[in-house]
Amino acid sequence: MIEGILIGLNTALTFQNIFMVMIGCFFGTIIGMLPGLGPMTAIALMIPITYGFDPATGLILMAGVYYGAVFGGSTSSILLNAPGVPGTVATSFDGYPMAQQGKAGKALAIAAWSSFAGGTLSAIYLLFMAPSLSKVSLSFRSPDYFALMILGLTAIAAFSSKGQFLKAMMMVVLGLMLASVGQDSLSDITRFTFNNMNLTDGISFVLVVMATFAMSEALTIILKRNDPTAAAKQVSLTELGSIKIDKEERGKMYKTIPRSSIIGFLIGVLPGAGATIASFLAYGMERNLVKDEEKEKFGKGSVNGLSAPETANNAACSGSFVPMLTLGIPGSGTTAVMLGALLGFGIQPGPRLYMTNPEIFWSVIMSMYIGMVVLLILNLPLIPYIARILAVPKNYLIPLILFFSITGIYVMSFNNFDIYLMIGIAVVATFLRLYDFPMPPLILAFVLGGLMEENLRRSLLLSNGSWEFLWDRTLTLCILTTTILIVVWHIYKTVFKKRF
Amino acid sequence: MNINTTKIISLLFFIFSAFYLYTAYQIQVFAFDENAPFNARTFPIYLGYTGLFFSGLKLILPDPDTIKIEHKNLEYKKTGILIIIAIIYGATILKIGYFLTTSLFLFTSYYFLGERRWILMFLLSFPFVAAFMYLLHGVLDIYLRDPFLKSIGVMG
Repeated sequence: MIEGILIGLNTALTFQNIFMVMIGCFFGTIIGMLPGLGPMTAIALMIPITYGFDPATGLILMAGVYYGAVFGGSTSSILLNAPGVPGTVATSFDGYPMAQQGKAGKALAIAAWSSFAGGTLSAIYLLFMAPSLSKVSLSFRSPDYFALMILGLTAIAAFSSKGQFLKAMMMVVLGLMLASVGQDSLSDITRFTFNNMNLTDGISFVLVVMATFAMSEALTIILKRNDPTAAAKQVSLTELGSIKIDKEERGKMYKTIPRSSIIGFLIGVLPGAGATIASFLAYGMERNLVKDEEKEKFGKGSVNGLSAPETANNAACSGSFVPMLTLGIPGSGTTAVMLGALLGFGIQPGPRLYMTNPEIFWSVIMSMYIGMVVLLILNLPLIPYIARILAVPKNYLIPLILFFSITGIYVMSFNNFDIYLMIGIAVVATFLRLYDFPMPPLILAFVLGGLMEENLRRSLLLSNGSWEFLWDRTLTLCILTTTILIVVWHIYKTVFKKRF
Repeated sequence: MNINTTKIISLLFFIFSAFYLYTAYQIQVFAFDENAPFNARTFPIYLGYTGLFFSGLKLILPDPDTIKIEHKNLEYKKTGILIIIAIIYGATILKIGYFLTTSLFLFTSYYFLGERRWILMFLLSFPFVAAFMYLLHGVLDIYLRDPFLKSIGVMG
């Protein structure tokens, strides 16, 4: 392995490859900040360029773009509450409130350091555990995935404080209902389309997330403009760009980062699970692990609440390379695009990749780490300038948020209907937010809806319609037991406080 | 039972879930799939019942955290105008084109939100959209339909 690491370092540390990582991180950050253009689009845009290089350099460029785009997505989540990709939704829960309190620079710095630490730790896990973890990931079956989705949805418990449990559950159901619109994945039968062709392909994630987060946030700010109790206040320009993280905050991050990186990496290794579930689970887990005093700060600008999902989503990004490189199974949409690029280079990922192309395998792993370092060096000095987006007066910022949201949808579908649908969902979401119905559970359920149905279908078909699959396998039973314990604990606490 | 807006929303969600459930039962499945352990209507049916369950619970259980909103402090008029401008923007973007409609959308939105610095309003609409459009269309090669620019010969 040492020999492999040295080969990787030797390849990754050439001038050309370091330059490629820098270019990749820079463009990835810019593309990731644009709504609707996530890492997958960023990498897809780079594929034609990479064919001009050797496979290792091409992959290094794509890895840089990948990390840059993930960081760019976090930036728009924190500053504008506009997460362009599912993996950065959880970042906005505490990042955006922190930015609203005039700590945008600090929030971006925490996100950058957490991403770096998450990526660094997961690169270490990847070095030592990649071969053995690939075998573990293969042992996951449909019932286990279904149980994992249910566990992911229990992360809603994290948002159900102050008597919001039932409201959060209603939002989960609404998210799953929205996800069920369109063609059934197996039989192609259309559902809930009411003969409208525009709904045949279902509702896109970007549409729902832009409507419920960015657009409804913009409408809420306008709606509450004259409300003396509104949280939105003029932020201090001097504090806005400060990236200084104090000792107490660092102490919180030291505890959060290791545990979130482990959960992020392990979830990332599972094919199909990815950064979204990882970030939500890490957020939920962190909320359950911190002291009651810190728990109250979740959703209002908690350092732990921001650090946990940022660490986990970057760790999951690295984790998703395990099944891709060792088994040839992409762990996420983004790695699927990278797999396509690898095949285009004439390289077949799989267990023999170490032997046949060790320089590619190890240089990708090494370049991931170098990508993290470059991302930090490039982005930290830029944070004070990026954070000043929030200093733009609301009269300009609100129309610009609406413009980015609508453009994000327009470039995806070139369809008026999607714009109307987005405005409609945004209006309903604004109204629901006024009455404290939380939106994150809706988004999580929307993302997991299709996967949940798919895995429930397989499980029920394999067990001839019997629900015994829930306790037939030890792994499924363990995951479900954990879920039940979390829910029971939460309900117990809710009942104890006489709050529903 | 205390009637408040949260309860009314829960009631609406209950009715919506009942409608969803009714529609789920109406989903046409293939004849050979009718008695299968899982078909296209199975998951939606479970969802419909789950929606009824949770919204029903919310309706009948006491609500200790009643949210009171001072409606007189809310800017319904400006929000409504902004939504109407967005709808008009959505309705015209394909017919007129990205550049003109987006620029006008931004310009009118700034105006209705109370902005009167005309030069800044102009700079942050027409030239801003042109630059953004160049980034998407020219640099990232993302196609943007624009009949207006085509008609004046700016776009091919």
